[in-house]
Amino acid sequence: MTLWRYCLALVAALALALPQATEAAERYITVASTTSTEASGLFEHLLPGFTEQTGIEVRVVAVGTGQALKLARSCDADVLFVHHKPSEEIFVAEAFGVARHDVMYNDFVVVGPEADPAGLRGKGDVAEALAAIAAAEAPFASRGDDSGTHKKERALWAAAGIDVGAASGTWYRETGSGMGATLNTAAAMGAYALTDRGTWLAFRNKAGMAVLSEGDPRLFNQYGVILVSEAKCPYTKSESGQAFVDWLIAPAGQQAIAAFELGGQQLFFPNAAGGGS
Amino acid sequence: MDDFAGAFSAAFRLIATLDPGLAEIVGLSLRVSLVAVGLAALVGLPLGAALALLRFPGRRALTVAMNALMGMPPVVVGLIVYLLLSRAGPLGVLGLLFTPTAMIAAQFLLVVPIIAALARQVAEDLWAEYEEQLRSLGCAPGRAIPTLLWDGRFSLITAVLAGFGRASAEVGAVMIVGGNIDHVTRVMTTAIALETARGDLALALGLGVILMVLSLVINGAAFMLGETARAGAR
Repeated sequence: MTLWRYCLALVAALALALPQATEAAERYITVASTTSTEASGLFEHLLPGFTEQTGIEVRVVAVGTGQALKLARSCDADVLFVHHKPSEEIFVAEAFGVARHDVMYNDFVVVGPEADPAGLRGKGDVAEALAAIAAAEAPFASRGDDSGTHKKERALWAAAGIDVGAASGTWYRETGSGMGATLNTAAAMGAYALTDRGTWLAFRNKAGMAVLSEGDPRLFNQYGVILVSEAKCPYTKSESGQAFVDWLIAPAGQQAIAAFELGGQQLFFPNAAGGGS
Repeated sequence: MDDFAGAFSAAFRLIATLDPGLAEIVGLSLRVSLVAVGLAALVGLPLGAALALLRFPGRRALTVAMNALMGMPPVVVGLIVYLLLSRAGPLGVLGLLFTPTAMIAAQFLLVVPIIAALARQVAEDLWAEYEEQLRSLGCAPGRAIPTLLWDGRFSLITAVLAGFGRASAEVGAVMIVGGNIDHVTRVMTTAIALETARGDLALALGLGVILMVLSLVINGAAFMLGETARAGAR
């Protein structure tokens, strides 16, 4: 009797744990994207419009670009929406992705304490700005997580001719976490950091930090979208995924991206080929 | 200090306005953690009692392993469940990654060792007390398990609550296997992590305050229930 009751309870609890039928019946796609698009609030602004038009729910998993690419390689996402063109092109070349499309851009900025101990202000050349940080051995908070921003940052250090690996743990500090967490760390340490402008504008804990170097063409930040290939990943929801890609690069999606503003400032600029403004 | 004041006003505002977004997140948090702990109790309590009562080879090793697993980092459990449920993994065909079910599975694995290890201790103490009596009644150790669990039910509530505390407070595992997807797998702890990443520390802490209040309510309810039942049992 006791055992029978025990089994009954086990079955009941298992039934609760399993996904409800309604959950599975809905049309949805999984998009692996970057922390910048989520933390800035872009998706909360974009997705309701798309879902209303198409009836397709978009589930965004926001991780660093490096991790997003890995998720897609394990076939755990239908669409990739990230910002590191070289890695994206490799992804498509390896036949994991169907095709890569430009969607939008913004730029990276170097932020740091308003007191600016390394004297970055007015240095439009980002390599010079980074060299000034290294020369002053002023603390710099790096993502250190193989994200798109981290890859960009390492490329910029290389362009400045500075080996940050040797300085790791001294003035060069790798947080190994997302953009927001790294900015929180930088704010608390009075450190410099490289961030995309979208995350920066949406970031609420600026605590005495300011944008100190911006405008270098090398700070350009291109976002791309890729449908995961059904040939490599049989579970890919190609039809719904393609609908999302098409919508993003069509005038409807491009205008929705352009309309996203925070405090009167536009965060992302649509630049899909042949679409938008 | 502004953040502390802001946190309480944010928490109060969210509760007072019955924020629908918050209700959804709290609801999912409770559903995931309660189901995970319920399942873990159904497995962990008998398992712990069996470890205390039955004599079989490898019992000591299993006991030590169970105790050690109590300290398993949630992020490691999350990683294991992720690798199992990933489309590239052995259970990929189920398509359970990034669903509440995956989160329940991860929390279940985290909580079973805690409940089993604590239940083992309770059962062992009771067995030391009642062994002779139960044996004289012709009750074998295996048959004594339900009796001892029932007898120790008030102490075992604490074991289950410890498991619930672990499940509802962890962020590492549910972040990896759930993905913190808005309206789908976003729970209290992952929402706190997101608001921290957005630099909205007051709102993040406000959510933390609400999580602690919830935990207080659940623990309070369990305590009252235990007290009432104990009074009734006398």
